[in-house]
Amino acid sequence: MPKPHELVAERTRRLVEEHPPGETPVRDFLAARFDAGLAWVRFPEGLGGLGLPHGLQPVSDAIVEAAGGPDPFALNPMGYGMAGPTLVAHGSPELRRRLLRPLYVCDDIWCQLFSEPGAGSDLAGLATRATRGADGAWTVDGRKVWTSKAHEARWALLLARTDPDVPKHAGLTYFVLDMRDPGVEVRPLRQMTGDADFNEVRLDGARIPDDHRLGPAGAGWRVAMTTLANERSAIGGGSTVRGAGPIAPALELWRDRPDLRTPVRRDRLVSLFARADALRLTGIRYAAAPSDYPNSPEGTLGKLVDAELNQDVLEFCVEMLGAEATAFPSYEPGGDPAADAARRADVRWRFLRSRANTIEGGTAEVLRNVLGERALGLPGDVRVDKDRPWRDVPRG
Amino acid sequence: MSDDIDGGPFVLDGERRALRALVRDHAAREWDEAALRAAIGPGARLDRDRWRRLGSELGVLGPDVPATWGGGGGGLPDTVLAAEELGAALAPVPYAGTVLAAWTLLASGDEEALAEHLPALCAGTSVYAVACTDARGAWMPPRPSVRAEGGAVTGTAAHVVGAPDADHLIVLAATGDGPSLFVADVGAPGLAVTPITSLDLTRPQATVVFDGTPARPVGTPGRAVCALSAAADRAVVAVAAEALGASARLLADTVRYAGTRMQFGRAIGSHQAVKHRCADVLTAVEQTRSVVYHAAWTADFGGDDPALTASLARTAAAATLTAAADAAVQIHGGMGFTWEHTAHLYFKRAHFDAVLWGGLASHRERIAALVLDVLEPAPA
Ligand SMILES: Cc1cc2nc3c(=O)[nH]c(=O)nc-3n(C[C@H](O)[C@H](O)[C@H](O)COP(=O)(O)OP(=O)(O)OC[C@H]3O[C@@H](n4cnc5c(N)ncnc54)[C@H](O)[C@@H]3O)c2cc1C
Repeated sequence: MPKPHELVAERTRRLVEEHPPGETPVRDFLAARFDAGLAWVRFPEGLGGLGLPHGLQPVSDAIVEAAGGPDPFALNPMGYGMAGPTLVAHGSPELRRRLLRPLYVCDDIWCQLFSEPGAGSDLAGLATRATRGADGAWTVDGRKVWTSKAHEARWALLLARTDPDVPKHAGLTYFVLDMRDPGVEVRPLRQMTGDADFNEVRLDGARIPDDHRLGPAGAGWRVAMTTLANERSAIGGGSTVRGAGPIAPALELWRDRPDLRTPVRRDRLVSLFARADALRLTGIRYAAAPSDYPNSPEGTLGKLVDAELNQDVLEFCVEMLGAEATAFPSYEPGGDPAADAARRADVRWRFLRSRANTIEGGTAEVLRNVLGERALGLPGDVRVDKDRPWRDVPRG
Repeated sequence: MSDDIDGGPFVLDGERRALRALVRDHAAREWDEAALRAAIGPGARLDRDRWRRLGSELGVLGPDVPATWGGGGGGLPDTVLAAEELGAALAPVPYAGTVLAAWTLLASGDEEALAEHLPALCAGTSVYAVACTDARGAWMPPRPSVRAEGGAVTGTAAHVVGAPDADHLIVLAATGDGPSLFVADVGAPGLAVTPITSLDLTRPQATVVFDGTPARPVGTPGRAVCALSAAADRAVVAVAAEALGASARLLADTVRYAGTRMQFGRAIGSHQAVKHRCADVLTAVEQTRSVVYHAAWTADFGGDDPALTASLARTAAAATLTAAADAAVQIHGGMGFTWEHTAHLYFKRAHFDAVLWGGLASHRERIAALVLDVLEPAPA
């Protein structure tokens, strides 16, 4: 019997040999990877996994990354990073069997209908209502906002209020919503980059069968915690390859533009590089061995560091470019996918986009609260709404 | 679950966990605050009994030293675990300097010198320090300010860490063949060791003046820089590990204080300005742990460039300890500025470490040279 990490490495090497990423269509590569149990090695066999420890995932990822294989997180972030793990933890066997494979091969894009105009950081304060009809099915009314990929998504993770008369965390229920339902209306929201990657989503009598509920009614917060924990570790995962990930644009610029090199910039880039490598190694360490801090929300730490590093790296790039950075590629994304991909690869575009990193998936302030309270055990913030029925809590 | 993955820098096997627990218990027992205070008072000297126990009972003084010369085996990963625990307690012992001395001797390849010195070094019965600074304290100067001639050395080495307690000095001296290594015995004629008040009281230092001091050559003449550099690349990882341990301890102490000190009717740690600062130290400590363990592991088992990983570990750990110590002093408020509180001892360690053995600038420079200066634009 080969050791588990050898098994994963060997299987992954075989995968990239038999399906060379350069020549294989993305979908086919992902399908082969799913069927080989290398999508999420910790998932059960038959569901994209091998039932092995999570710590072995980087073994496979590094080989795929080095071979130039597709990154499922980039293609279907909410699907790969959040929906997959949530389905495996809380979905019925039937839902998992039906939804996981198309999710991984990106036939189905997923989105996350959590945030609302009145509930961002305070997610448990959300107001979207789900009520149960006589047939057991649910009807949903409300308004969600900043929903990434809603315009492309087939399925949504939805958190809704099912009981307004209990304190906010107790009255929530978690669903998988079909975005093709006629009660779902998606309207693009423009971002500071000029793109419209996220949306406003109106739910007006949208219908959800009861077998699309994850976890018991009223227990949605617990399910949401699975999603949020996975969201943070997926976002903060970084790269397993030195020089790739958040630091890559700065190293590329340094390489390609010797004319812009100065000793001061060289010193700054050394600091950024050192931070990037520490983040990279921490991702690998956390995957291999749980942190020494009990209850440490490890993904939270990586997400926070990744977000701030990304911003600092791109700020460095823009400063290095100087006057050249004052011209923006274009605020009007065009129809041509190749031109648009080039626009989004530009460090100036990435610089603007990086401002979202400390907001999306939990703000830097909220993550520091989480680390302070859950990893370090410091006393909680003042909470004025904890024990009151949700309907009596001021909002705005 | 993680035990399913064998090896790698981040999964400690049972033996390493046991070693760490052993050193942790030792440090807690021997270096509680009262012992630490006593050891850094005016005129205080290294506690030889405690030091010997580190050698004879714990076997952590001679990493990589073969058993024939008294070593207990164990490479850099083991050293790092020991250093982390000693650093956490701020144990006022010359641990880093001793592993530097051991590795310098080993790197010299001089079997006679190894047989003569290593058994006592490993057992903790003799204390070694490395004198390879010039008269102004510059580390490994290209032109040493100490010269060797006819079996004797003459000149001055300043800021020699560990010298006040040393029995033997490993000396870097200029010769006709280039910089070479020698061993001089403290107490030999023409050797003056003048202790100076050290910023970091737990790392005593001295000015050493050699005046025709008899000294025995070690290793191949002219090869000193090579041996010293190889040893230093490993020893700086041990220094980084000490800083890691100190940072983690400071964070724990600061968090405990922030959870109990009440102001405005709440624990200060419930205020975000305080809580967030603690969270930032936590992220720094966690990142540093990854870099230090990785450096230790790859130095022994390969898989990465040991020069780069050593410099990364050294810079990360020093920055983290500085941040942890700054936060500790600040969050303890007025109490944090008192001599009675231990925060200043860690603060001083942090700023001492930042210049120890060539300082951080040299390591940042090396990272730049290894990572940035090698990047060539693609040909047009
Ligand atoms: C690009 C992008 C994509 C997104 N995609 C999605 C998506 O797909 N699905 C989805 O559901 N949501 C999505 N979001 C929404 C995101 O999760 C929220 O924006 C985020 O949680 C913050 O909520 P908010 O915008 O309401 O800010 P607020 O909660 O109003 O916060 C405003 C400011 O107050 C601070 N603050 C709030 N509470 C505290 C506190 N307790 N302590 C200290 N400071 C505090 C915040 O840190 C922030 O600086 C996306 C956001 C962005 C920017």
